[in-house]
Parts: sequence; C-alpha cells; structure tokens
Amino acid sequence: MGDSSVLLNVEDLKKHFPVTEGLLFMKTVGHVKAVDGVNFTINEGETLGLVGESGCGKTTTTKTILRLEEPTDGSVQLYGRNVHELGGDDLKEYRTLVQAVFQDPWSSLSPRMRVRDIISEALVVNRKVTKDEVDDRVDELMVQVGLHAYQGTLFPHEFSGGQRQRIAVASGLASYPKLILLDEPVSALDVSIRAQIMNLLKDLQDQTNVAYLLVAHNLATVRYMAHNTAVMYLGKIVEHSETEELFEHPLHPYTQALFSAALPSHPDIVREEIILPGEVPSPINPPTGCHFHPRCPAALADPELMKRCSSEEPQLLPAGPKHLVACHLYTGGTNGATGLMDKMKAAASAATQTPEEQIEDDSSSESDNVEAGPEGITEESQG
Amino acid sequence: MVTETNNNEVVLEVKDLRTYFFNRWGTVKAVDGVSFSLRKGETLGIVGESGCGKTITSLSLLRLNPRPASRIIDGEINLEGENILDRSDQEMREIRGRKISMILQDPQTSLNPVYTVGNQLVEALVHRKDLQRDLKEDAEQALRNVKVAAPERRLDDFPHQMSGGMKQRVVGAIAMACDPAVIIADEPTTALDVTIQMQYLKLLKDIQAETGMAIIFITHDFGIVARMCDRVAVMYAGRIVEDGPVRDIFNAPSHPYTEALIGSVPKLEEKVDRLFQIEGQPPQLYDLPVGCRFADRCPEAQPRCREAYPPVFDVNDNHRAACWRLDPSWETAQSS
Repeated sequence: MGDSSVLLNVEDLKKHFPVTEGLLFMKTVGHVKAVDGVNFTINEGETLGLVGESGCGKTTTTKTILRLEEPTDGSVQLYGRNVHELGGDDLKEYRTLVQAVFQDPWSSLSPRMRVRDIISEALVVNRKVTKDEVDDRVDELMVQVGLHAYQGTLFPHEFSGGQRQRIAVASGLASYPKLILLDEPVSALDVSIRAQIMNLLKDLQDQTNVAYLLVAHNLATVRYMAHNTAVMYLGKIVEHSETEELFEHPLHPYTQALFSAALPSHPDIVREEIILPGEVPSPINPPTGCHFHPRCPAALADPELMKRCSSEEPQLLPAGPKHLVACHLYTGGTNGATGLMDKMKAAASAATQTPEEQIEDDSSSESDNVEAGPEGITEESQG
Repeated sequence: MVTETNNNEVVLEVKDLRTYFFNRWGTVKAVDGVSFSLRKGETLGIVGESGCGKTITSLSLLRLNPRPASRIIDGEINLEGENILDRSDQEMREIRGRKISMILQDPQTSLNPVYTVGNQLVEALVHRKDLQRDLKEDAEQALRNVKVAAPERRLDDFPHQMSGGMKQRVVGAIAMACDPAVIIADEPTTALDVTIQMQYLKLLKDIQAETGMAIIFITHDFGIVARMCDRVAVMYAGRIVEDGPVRDIFNAPSHPYTEALIGSVPKLEEKVDRLFQIEGQPPQLYDLPVGCRFADRCPEAQPRCREAYPPVFDVNDNHRAACWRLDPSWETAQSS
C-alpha cells in the first residue's frame, strides 16, 4: 500500500445546515453541524471504511464528495484539484471518475429503464462514445459482475435483489472510475447474497484498482472490506487507523463501545459490556468540548478528566503508528500531543476497567433521562 | 442462561404447520410443515433469508396471516396446551396479547402517529385482568418496566417526539402489557443503531429473566442469535432445515445451508481473507423442487437429494437436521 498515490483528499470539510424558524422571514436559529471538520485521504486502489451511527454525518460526507452538497468550509480534492471548483468538461470528467453505489437496489435503479441503459448512463452522459463502444462496454461489465450479456434488455424488476445490486455495481464501474462511494452496499440484501456482493466488490478492486469509500454501520463488513477505517461521531472523526490496527486495538472510548455493542459471531464470545448511557445527542447543539463526553465511560468515571473533556475539544492526533485518535486520554499535557505512547497503555487499561460497574447502573434509567428527555425531540428533525 | 434445564414446561408447540397462499401463479407454500416447541423462559431464534417463510410462520402463530390471500391449511399450534387453530376469531382476540404477543420490526410504522404514547399503551392495558383503577398509573408502570426514563412525562408524548430506541421500547411495553407467555420479536432491532440495539436486546433479556416469558426471535442476523438465543431453527424455502441448541448449531452445523450461512457472514473478531459465498438464489415458493430445496445451491448435492426431500435426522438428542448427508448410507453412496 505504500507505493500507491493519493487519490482523494478531504481537508477540514464542514457542512452546516441552517435551522430556520418562521415562514415568511425565515431566520436562522442554529446550525446542524452534520459534518464538522473532517480530514482523510484515500489512496488509489484502497478502501476507506467510514463507520458510525445514524446521524453522525457519514452520508453528508459522501454527498459532499459527490458534489450533491456544497461544503460550508474546507475542500474535497481529487488528484489535488478542488472538486467544488470544477466546471464544464472538468466536471464531466470528475463525474466519470467518482461514482456511487447506494444501499437499496430497489430504489436506486430506474424502473423504466432497461438494464443496458442504466449501466451505460454514466458513460453516455459524460463521455463522447460511439454506440458500438457502449455496447461492448456494457457486455463486458455485465459479465464482469456476474450477469449474462443477454439480460441487458430486461428491466430491473425482473431481477432479484442481489442481481440488482450487481447492476448497480456495473453502472458504477461503467465509466472507469477511480473512486466508488459505497453507501451501505450490502445492508439491504439477504445474508446469503451479501457475501456474493462483498466478494465481487473485492474482486473488482483487484482487477481495476478502483478505490472505495465504504459507508457502513456493520463493523464486520468494514473489517472484511476496508484497508483503513475511520470512526465518526457527531460530525467528527474520532479515530482513524489501518483497519487491522483499529480492530485489534481500538483506543477511543466510543470505538470501544461500538465494538462491544457489535453482535458476536459465536455464542461463546462474550464481550465486555460497555453499554453507553442515553442516545446520540442532537447535532444542533452538540455538547461542548469532546462531543462524546456526556456518554463517555472514561470521562464519567473520572471527574478530573470530565472537566477537561467537557471544556476542551480533543484534536485528532497520532497515538501509534498510523493510528489517529481524538481523545484526551491519549494526550498527556494540557495542549495536546506530548509523550503519549506510554500513557496510552495505562489510560487504555483504565478506560476498559472503570466503565463496567459505572455503566451498568447508568444505562438503566437516570442518564437515559438526561439524554433522551429534551433531546429526543430535536433529534428527530435530523434523523 | 441455563433456561433449557430449569424450566421444562412447554408453552408453545407447533406441529406440521402449513400456511399456503393461493394466487394466479399457483400455490405458494410459504410455510410448509414447520414444527418446533418452545419452553418457558426459552429464546428460540428462527433464522432465514427473506422469503423463507419466517415472518408468515410468526404471523400464523397469532393467526394474523394475511387473509383471504393465505390459509393455514394444516397443523397444530398448541399454546399452553390448547390448539389455537380450533378457536374462533372472537376467542383469538382474547388470546392475542394475553398469551401470545408480537413486537414488529419498525417502530416508526407500528405506532399510531396521531395518538399519544399513553393512549396507545392504555389501549393494550385495558385487557389486563388485574387492571388498576388508575390506568395512567398502569401505563406509567408499563413504561417503567421497559426502562423509559421519566415515564410520567413521556405518556403525553406523540411517537414522533421520541427517538427510535424509545419508540421500540414503547412497542415492547404494549406487547408485554398483558404478560403474555410467548412473545414474538420479528427483527425488532433492524431499524435501530448498534449501541441502541444492544440496549434493547439487553432489556429484553432482563425482562425475560424477570417474567419467564418465552421469546421467538425472527431474524436473519446470526449475531443476534449468538447473543440472544438458546435454540435456533434455520428455515429455508418454507421448512425448518435444522434446529438445535445454539452452540451445537454454531460449532457443528449439520445442514450445508446452515454451514454456508454461518460461513458467509464476515467476522468482527478475526480477519477473513475470503468469505464463503452461496451461489444462486432460493427457489420460488410456487415452484418448489420435489427433492431437497437447497440441492441446487448445495456443493455436496447428489442425485438422491433431487429425488426426494430428506427426512429429519437426529444429530443428537436436541439437534435435528433434514439432510441426506446424515443418512447412514450417504458415505457408501458417495464412494460408489
């Protein structure tokens, strides 16, 4: 992976949606900070997994990359060029280089178009191609994704869910893209079909060296598919690392909680239970300091730490080789990164020990109350 | 967790249940001879892909299968000793909610948006036998049981004012309002986030430990099965192909379909280089083969698999599977 070059660079990306009041004279009463300062890069031929709960900004991030949303601040660069400043032919070129495959193949394919036309659309719209070229390309793609070329004249409703997702993948691949955004590509499919699609996506990556941005909430899927993984919480990346490193040594308390909440793959696997109190707070008025502090087991266990977490926002800093984490547990001094590797281990063990007793009591009633009471209402507007 | 040995009282016994749909393509055998039993305090997972008949099975248990499109044409559903298929529709209304109840998948759609939560709770609570004068108090208690914070304030909320996890708790409270002996949870957490899902599963376990109700989990997620269930029944194309204690199923799956299904799920705990993938798709339920329904996708299928549907073989006392592979003559057939 070391020799691959940077394909996509997302720098300090922010997307705030205004919340307005009144009908005629709409005045802005606040902002939903859907994405709030996100940085990452994707190299050619690599997969970045983006993990987080609903409302954490995963989808807004992908939409901004697709230019379906204008960023409030920051930039998205493909090969060093700012995507949101492209126009004319450059924009068309961009649209061929970046494609998307969505979650639900029942709604993402037009029911009135034949499969051939769906697959070739990105090609026909954005590139000057002859009819023969298109036909050849479609035939090639259909075989590549495991369909028969003769099925091209059929309509989407004549296919099963797995086959439809194959069509969606084929149409994503049509224009020889460098990056495909996969938004929950398998969660709408049946269990036995999921493995087919995941294997297909991995094979295609090997064949065409396409990069993926994989948005998923299923951690096991991410581990299987992604080279690097970023964990998002309320519009920010809280941890970012190589996938194996992240899954072997999750550092951020939220990542740890997410892993502990993931369902086991065998009944004998008993995870240490970190049940987070309450629910994700509203992104309209996110908590001060570290967004996670009201639910954080480590902060709740340590009043000193809590003081810092509730006032000072942690930066995404290296805490190991290729491992970034935004958490005060791993920063020694008041201002950030000093001598962290030693403290990291001590803190990590502290973080995993304290939560248990603490959370057991919390999860039940009291803190549920604090979180869900007033916030449950506003949260809906986001969802 | 040792519920299997503690309570041996069977609360629900299903024998050879068949629910068919009759339409212009023919007879769709959605549930085609399903048998299982459920003990007090036990959790049974019914696992399968969409279209395998798991949801119609659960609806049939409540006799809520879509009518007139479908009919339960055969079988017995013995709930606490009485066959509810003999009951009239009027009598069924007494049974639903009191003896057997259901939690549906999506809390957004299973609650009525124009009534308050309290209102909808009371609707279920009036069927209680030990009803208190003060229904509001009952409703509060019901919410408290599912660990909704500050229930007295939440009663006047409308569903849209609550988050997904809260709503699903309310749905749970309604389902459990009359202390049913059996509760059917049809993918209750698919609409929820991971951390909220864990809270909810834990809550169900806690309530089960308290009340001793039996739970049937309808799911396609082996993770939920591993976390929640004592026993598993794997369904494929309208039939249970394997059932047994959860550890047996995970450690030694006897049906190739179960084996493949477990192998095709990526694991969180370890890196897998390549997932096992099941080729093809399940058969259409109106056009089922005579033989084993999995034969076309089965890597080990032999001619006899296509000729006759395999009988149910005992793997051990609690573990059964319908696969010719378990027939003593299988080995010889293979070598010849």
